[in-house]
Amino acid sequence: MSASLTLLQPGPQTSVQDAGRLGFQAYGVPVCGALDEPALRLANALVGNAANAAALELRLAGPVFEVTGGPARLALTGADAVIEVEQDGQTQRFGPWRAIDIPEGARVRIGPLRGSGGAILGFAGGIDVPVILGSRATDLKGRFGGHQGRALAAGDVVGLGPSPLHGPCLELQSPPSLAFGGTLRVVLGPQAEAFTEDAIATFLGTAYRVSREADRMGLRLEGVPLGFRQGADIVSDGIVTGSIQVPGSGLPILLLADHQTIGGYAKIATVISADLAAAGRLLPGAGIRFAAVSVAQAEEARRAQERVLAQQLAALVPVRALARVDHEALLRENLVSGVVSALESDEGRAAMDRIT
Amino acid sequence: MTEENAVRHAARSRRLGALARFLELGDTALAVEFGATIAPEINALVHRTAALLAADPPEGLVETVPTFRSLLVHYDPRRTSAAALQESLAALDIGEARVEAPARIWRIPVLYGGEAGPDLTDVARATRLGEGEVIARHAGTVYRVYVQGFLPGFAYLGDLPAELDLPRLTTPRVRVPAGSVAIAQRMTGIYPVESPGGWRLIGHTPLRFFDPAQAPPTLFAPGDGVRFVPVEADEHAAIRAAVAHGAYQPACEASR
Repeated sequence: MSASLTLLQPGPQTSVQDAGRLGFQAYGVPVCGALDEPALRLANALVGNAANAAALELRLAGPVFEVTGGPARLALTGADAVIEVEQDGQTQRFGPWRAIDIPEGARVRIGPLRGSGGAILGFAGGIDVPVILGSRATDLKGRFGGHQGRALAAGDVVGLGPSPLHGPCLELQSPPSLAFGGTLRVVLGPQAEAFTEDAIATFLGTAYRVSREADRMGLRLEGVPLGFRQGADIVSDGIVTGSIQVPGSGLPILLLADHQTIGGYAKIATVISADLAAAGRLLPGAGIRFAAVSVAQAEEARRAQERVLAQQLAALVPVRALARVDHEALLRENLVSGVVSALESDEGRAAMDRIT
Repeated sequence: MTEENAVRHAARSRRLGALARFLELGDTALAVEFGATIAPEINALVHRTAALLAADPPEGLVETVPTFRSLLVHYDPRRTSAAALQESLAALDIGEARVEAPARIWRIPVLYGGEAGPDLTDVARATRLGEGEVIARHAGTVYRVYVQGFLPGFAYLGDLPAELDLPRLTTPRVRVPAGSVAIAQRMTGIYPVESPGGWRLIGHTPLRFFDPAQAPPTLFAPGDGVRFVPVEADEHAAIRAAVAHGAYQPACEASR
């Protein structure tokens, strides 16, 4: 029997996500899927899954759950956080960017996320929910997909897919920097001509701030309103993740994975795909500047991002022997070595230092 | 112009590159735009292009999204580039894209007015028509499915008779019930799920328009016809009960 997770505390918004629901936007079905797709791919690689296996996406802080029905292997990516694994009154602490074997019956607590508003918690075997229209991603607005079409709640039991759990736990020794440089690159258009020259200059020349209205659908931005030549309304046309639409208020909205498929507001620009994960990590209050690039430059940036990701995926190595010994000791004797736990938490602090 | 040149010109003019302009949406999509207005002829070009790309997808194509006057072409920048995709799209011969009468016309039962259509009175007042006349005009037109979007299974149906052309509500409702039949400008539509909305609600249908367990997940397909059929409260309730038991089959007229 495969293991399950029993949720004791769900976290602010924990949802099942994969690489998204492609192929049904013509019917009005949004793509959804992980906001930070590179983090999803790294988490799945760390636990030995295919790239697109479903994982949990955490927002702001993680859940508390018990692993039942068998052992589980998990990995946290995309943010820094302390992962506490508690069994028989003993607690071990781990950091992100590595696989961790969780014995049956253990309780896992993931603390506040640092360095990002979201993170991916991948499990060997993936999250086992029904495939709806080709994907396991939760459509929170449409209320389907994922676990009963909603974010997880206390008491939920979420199954994991079958996984043989063989081989050593892997880690990524040089995690990616999560530091936001403050700039998102955009390609102007498709309706840049709907805006005044001043508006384009303002958009590219002043800072915007992520407002409190920020979720998986998009980020409403605060800053200098943008002026239109005629008006904000267009005959509705298609939207992509990264589209920056501007309603009549003149304040831009950066659309993310849960965006609707078509919309009737002029779109001044599109965030390039290589910067979407960074956009998805932003929290209310974050400052953003936009820099215009050409499509060719955007494509080159994406290729460069893919090269880095491929290098990271190729560089996963077994977790250092000392830590593995500690883990085996835990399984065998239900003992925890204080020395190794301290090392683990040093590791966590080092990871935190890298992102701050 | 020689006859040969004329033939060549006509052939060239049916190529996408001569009929549409291409707009960039970052490095993951191109919009193929045929015009700036809502018109059956322009929308037919959009759906024709979508069908051709579905039959023979260029390298790197992910999916397409038809809208009123443009086709959004999503692509995977790891497998193609905007330049390569645009070149193959521009060469696409789209042949004849005639506006054809819908092959099927759905008959959608609607309870108009009252709690089912809380804006009917205002619509009657604003259009200076009686409520009965608003219903007669709304139900007296066969609409075309131009586009699906906004919500899963929301179909933009046009064209609404010009006498019923009113702007959207200035303050959208926070909650519009699923099944609400609504109008805005020259469009009518049905909210498939509960959602916020700014269209004027004139009636309600018990039918369901989106089922994620089905593929395709929507009742309507592009180019379908839709006719609204007024029903009384008792019939509306009976249909609602039948739909809840999975015992209701939406009716369809063949039109050609």
